[in-house]
Amino acid sequence: MSALHDLTIVEVGEKLRSGETTCVELVEAVLARAHQTEAQLHAYLTLDREPALAAAERADAELAAGEDRGPLHGIPIALKDNMCTRGLETTAASQILAGYHPPYDATVVTRLRDAGAVIVGKTNLDEFAMGSSTENSAFGPSFNPWDIGRVPGGSSGGSAAAVAAGSAFGALGSDTGGSIRQPASLTGIVGVKPTYGTVSRYGLIAFASSLDQIGPLSKSVADAALTLGAIWGHDPLDATSYPGEYPDLEADLDTGVAGLKIGVVKEFAGEGYEPAVEGAVGSMLDALSDAGAEIVEVSLPTVDIALSAYYLVAPAEASANLARFDGIRYGHRAPGATTEELMARTRAEGFGPEVTRRILLGTYALSAGYYDAFYGQAQRVRAALRDEFEAAYRSVDVLVSPTSPTTAFRVGEKTEDPLSMYLTDICTNPINLVGHPGISVPVALDEKSLPVGMQVMAPALGERVMFRVAAEIERLAGFDARPLLDEVA
Amino acid sequence: MPAEIDIAHVARLARLGLSDEELEHYKSQLGAILDHAARVQSLKGEPVVEASHPLRLENVYREDVVVPSLDRDEVLSQAPETEDGYFVAPPAMGTE
Repeated sequence: MSALHDLTIVEVGEKLRSGETTCVELVEAVLARAHQTEAQLHAYLTLDREPALAAAERADAELAAGEDRGPLHGIPIALKDNMCTRGLETTAASQILAGYHPPYDATVVTRLRDAGAVIVGKTNLDEFAMGSSTENSAFGPSFNPWDIGRVPGGSSGGSAAAVAAGSAFGALGSDTGGSIRQPASLTGIVGVKPTYGTVSRYGLIAFASSLDQIGPLSKSVADAALTLGAIWGHDPLDATSYPGEYPDLEADLDTGVAGLKIGVVKEFAGEGYEPAVEGAVGSMLDALSDAGAEIVEVSLPTVDIALSAYYLVAPAEASANLARFDGIRYGHRAPGATTEELMARTRAEGFGPEVTRRILLGTYALSAGYYDAFYGQAQRVRAALRDEFEAAYRSVDVLVSPTSPTTAFRVGEKTEDPLSMYLTDICTNPINLVGHPGISVPVALDEKSLPVGMQVMAPALGERVMFRVAAEIERLAGFDARPLLDEVA
Repeated sequence: MPAEIDIAHVARLARLGLSDEELEHYKSQLGAILDHAARVQSLKGEPVVEASHPLRLENVYREDVVVPSLDRDEVLSQAPETEDGYFVAPPAMGTE
């Protein structure tokens, strides 16, 4: 019999409605689990215990009165700490925002609350979501529940560790180059980056505005679908928000893959890819073929230079976005005789090394004399990449790849070499550049008992078929392993 | 790949008050990253239209209606220094 904290949102939703459990019990279960695991994992920066329990009591009262807000009613959810929560400290894991209490809620926070969800706390991340291991947090790294000597991935590593360990039933992350999918892969859970423009960025602390997208981290594909369904939709507060029709996420979860054409991106293989990762993905392709899908190889040659384009576009946008942290209106302030001196000192003190590195890189790429060679050319790569993806989707329904070339790496293994860290995003960042959706689903454990994730990509607004394939992969994989944290504790 | 990165100039543009030692450290790291990033220059062919919104959204305007703004006191409560409803900052220019 599974512990309450191990169950999915769908499973505890049934128990709530049959009277077997209550919203308060669910919040108590995740808080107890956090108490048990936080010393090892450091998934959370802030736990909002009393307000969460109070919200759960209200959720129970509503259910008792027959008011059911839907599948997230009374469900404890964690938020990456780069989403603004009114009155609740929001730091983006940076010293420059330590102590910041936003005067407003992000749209996703409002939507979660409207859907009845209970926000239990704010999770750790790489500072300003810049990183792939959560080691860049100014408040110390998070650790992987499968092996606490290893990273949980990043930048949404705290959200991933919390969901994998059961100290939240689900979480939101943000994905600029893989920051939801890669940590989901490294911790054995499901992570979704939706189509750009479908989830409001209002109240998300911006990293790279043309790439950032919020999405769910979940224990199952069905949980991810219902969570995304609650948070997405047009928002007038985000000028890039999509105003049209949204796909039905749950319609095809049980349809299977018979008759679908699945493209395998041949560039996402070879040097740097662990044999266990390639083996697990290969076995799943065989299983999908047996289940009636047609598997074809697809070549996207520009993918080979996508990472280079990403590490120009993202830092360039970051250097502009992070100009707002100036020591004047909120956050950390260092003394200075002039405004410029105050700003320069404040920013040097407040930003950690990775953020500083990317601001310098982006400022350089945008500076006079280098703009065309770097930023301008990166934008052209982006357009060429989009043409290639769109051409591919004229002959296949979805594309698949490993989510990450490797399973979870050791704490400290890549911190001295920024480029080696950047290369961990090689399979995930191309679709941020083109704005398309992607999902990571756990498919197997490697020889070290670490989870391997498989990525499914779809065209813009192709979430319906993406979830259809993801749900079948989940069924075929039968991945039900759980981290052995209890034995470690 | 440019021969020389004027790292002190870049840091000044970015308003980052770094020490000489830090500047040297970041300069060498930037060099390695830019070597990799310069691979974008291998893309040949006709110039393409720059990528914008994947869903091809054009300029978006909201309805021109007045809505409540954030509470001033709540906003100012987050500032390091305020006076009479304003943010306080040192002079924009030096006095020398």
